[in-house]
Amino acid sequence: MEFYRSHVLVCTGTGCTSSDSRLLISGLRKELKDRGLEKEIQVIETGCFGFCNLGPIMVVYPEGVFYCRVKEADLKELVEEHFVKGRVVQRLLYREPGATVKTQEFNNIEFFKHQKRIALANCGIINPEKIEEYIARDGYFALAKVLHEMTPAGVIEELKKAGLRGRGGGGFPTGMKWDFAYKAKGDQKYVVCNADEGDPGAFMDRSVLEGDPHAVIEAMAIAGYAIGANQGFIYVRAEYPIAVERLQLAIQQAHDLGLLGKNIFGMGFDFDLDIRLGAGAFVCGEETALLTSIEGKRGEPRPRPPFPANSGLWGKPTIINNVETYANVPHIIRNGWEWFASIGTEKSKGTKVFALAGKIKNTGLIEVPMGTTLRTIVYDIGGGILNDKKFKAAQTGGPSGGCLSAELLDTPIDYDNLIAVGSMMGSGGLIVMDEDTCMVDIARFFLEFTQDESCGKCPPCRIGTKRMLEILTRITEGKGTPEDLNNLEILAKTIKSAALCGLGQTAPNPVLSTLRYFRHEYEAHIYDKKCPAGVCKALLSYQIDPEKCRGCGLCARNCPTKAISGKIKETFVIDAEKCIKCGACMEKCKFGAISKG
Amino acid sequence: MGCACQCGSGQKEDKFEFIDRVIERYKGQEGSMIPILHSIQQKLGYLPEDVQAYIAEKMEVPLSEIYGIVSFYTLFSTQPKGKHKISVCMGTACYVRGAGLILDELEKELGIRVGETTKDGSFTLEACRCLGACGLAPVLTVDGRVHGRLTVDEVDQVIAEYKDKE
Ligand SMILES: Cc1cc2nc3c(=O)[nH]c(=O)nc-3n(C[C@H](O)[C@H](O)[C@H](O)COP(=O)(O)O)c2cc1C
Ligand code: FES
Repeated sequence: MEFYRSHVLVCTGTGCTSSDSRLLISGLRKELKDRGLEKEIQVIETGCFGFCNLGPIMVVYPEGVFYCRVKEADLKELVEEHFVKGRVVQRLLYREPGATVKTQEFNNIEFFKHQKRIALANCGIINPEKIEEYIARDGYFALAKVLHEMTPAGVIEELKKAGLRGRGGGGFPTGMKWDFAYKAKGDQKYVVCNADEGDPGAFMDRSVLEGDPHAVIEAMAIAGYAIGANQGFIYVRAEYPIAVERLQLAIQQAHDLGLLGKNIFGMGFDFDLDIRLGAGAFVCGEETALLTSIEGKRGEPRPRPPFPANSGLWGKPTIINNVETYANVPHIIRNGWEWFASIGTEKSKGTKVFALAGKIKNTGLIEVPMGTTLRTIVYDIGGGILNDKKFKAAQTGGPSGGCLSAELLDTPIDYDNLIAVGSMMGSGGLIVMDEDTCMVDIARFFLEFTQDESCGKCPPCRIGTKRMLEILTRITEGKGTPEDLNNLEILAKTIKSAALCGLGQTAPNPVLSTLRYFRHEYEAHIYDKKCPAGVCKALLSYQIDPEKCRGCGLCARNCPTKAISGKIKETFVIDAEKCIKCGACMEKCKFGAISKG
Repeated sequence: MGCACQCGSGQKEDKFEFIDRVIERYKGQEGSMIPILHSIQQKLGYLPEDVQAYIAEKMEVPLSEIYGIVSFYTLFSTQPKGKHKISVCMGTACYVRGAGLILDELEKELGIRVGETTKDGSFTLEACRCLGACGLAPVLTVDGRVHGRLTVDEVDQVIAEYKDKE
């Protein structure tokens, strides 16, 4: 084995790959080779570090120096300075928002300081394409322990005591779910992993699969042993090609080492895994629809009960868990339930991964102990709102969830608190919105999504969400009436109670929660025909302030519909009839003379 | 690629031979319809009616069942696609950072609506959900390559970059 004096970790998750990290890796290898350093310094391709908007990210060990937004053109200097002369390249370090000095070490960065990584423990640390690296981090030790030392009932008991709850949204206790399937009668049982990740604005599961695929495989084998199944399926979105590729490779590697397949660890336990691709239907994230889809049919949900634990895939007892839920399992088995139960709040144990995005400075993937406040997430980890605007709301739970307003910044985030304030944990999308986001428009956005994704099987969802969307669209176009609010509420309650599956039952949530916290915005649209955030085009008008206009004519030249006229050096005016409210003029004006309202 | 292309002209045998091979590969596996359709679409680009009918016959299932599956899942298409596929992410993170404006601009520049293909067959415009690159929002992909941190002004550059590419 080679001994290297330094290791350079470069992210090859989706975020950084999109910022061309692969080119950077080949460039870096070449540069090191040219300098004759290829035997001293090793370049390692890892999964996601989480800090996606700084990509491509590079961390150099043993020092732990964190470089960000590294470009190919920087490589020469980087190799020369850091690896030849041993000097840190200040220019490429990260500067905290508002700070004057740059931070050198990975662990001192606020974004990472407040996090606790369990499900993401290996992401950004190991090369996900090498099973040896997973094993070097105690990988497959939990499976060995389970097979050698624990009974199936013992495994289930351990999870129950740990208090692990499903990370896919519902928060159902995982141990209990496994217990149902364990007790269910049947010669054939199945273990399924839900990697359909439907929340449009979330990518936690994707990062786990891309960064640490073996954790999920190991956990599914443990689940198989616990409930008495020897076949598993991972249902992944076809839109996640890197994740699919790494899973395939990981399954193959596990097979080659005898960690999957027949007679694992010589203990007489057989377990095999197959991958199934989704085909772009949000409802297939719902467990019964997902199972129908694996069976090769239209992914329509079926009524529960019977629950999958009793009658799942092809009518056999089946457990279905989320990617992140599984990723916690090996850690619990290795470290014991007491350790896990010591993290988090009374009823929500452990950590939660969030995909932090929207109008926030630091976007990316974070994992925090349950009970962390929204304030810590938004301001300490997230670095505050983009362009120092005002925080308006954070949206959790995607199309099934709701908004948390500024009054709720200090609420500890766990399953039960989020439900109490009218949202839900969901799978972990956390989208931050600022004063420029219109909450009516956001509600309309989510309804448009659920309406589009409704499978059409049950009328409350198929027709009800359509009516709600019509009302919301009307309001954003300035044609709303006072009765509309009432009708929205009635429709919402009916759909919630009458829809067949979770998609319909939760579809009205974004509307109900925005009505609860931002009713005044709805009212402004309806009564004053104004969009306070300045988003809804039909309600906007653009004006040129004669005091500020210098008569340069830049706006007129950029107007796509020739709606602006005037003489050079005199005040220009906008013809409201012709204006299509594209905002091009406002963006172009150098004197801030154009405003909307 | 051989002649199992989207041109629809002649050499049908190849297309159907390919389908035969795919079906053979999954023979006897339960729930294999969706993987089969994925493989065929990947090769042919889309799933026209004659292809669906052929699969139905081969697998001894009603055509209605195949059509039911193809129409249910948005990734399956019964229409041929343009040479370059532009997919604008309309996930929540991208939406709050102005993806809607980017999409408007693309519709304007290309002269087509979402879901359509330009007359010359060079671009298909689609909207998709979260690509997992929210950190770079708003993002779009062209032929799978991600372009992030876009502004409305950069849209025409993106189109120009691909316009004359094969
Ligand atoms: C409309 C809808 C979409 C869902 N999408 C997902 C999803 O994308 N990923 C997921 O893990 N669970 C999703 N769920 C939850 C699943 O039905 C199921 O509860 C979950 O996979 C169970 O795993 P867990 O107990 O580990 O959370 C969705 C539920 C509904 C109603
Ligand atoms: S919402 Fe667009 S990449 Fe996630």
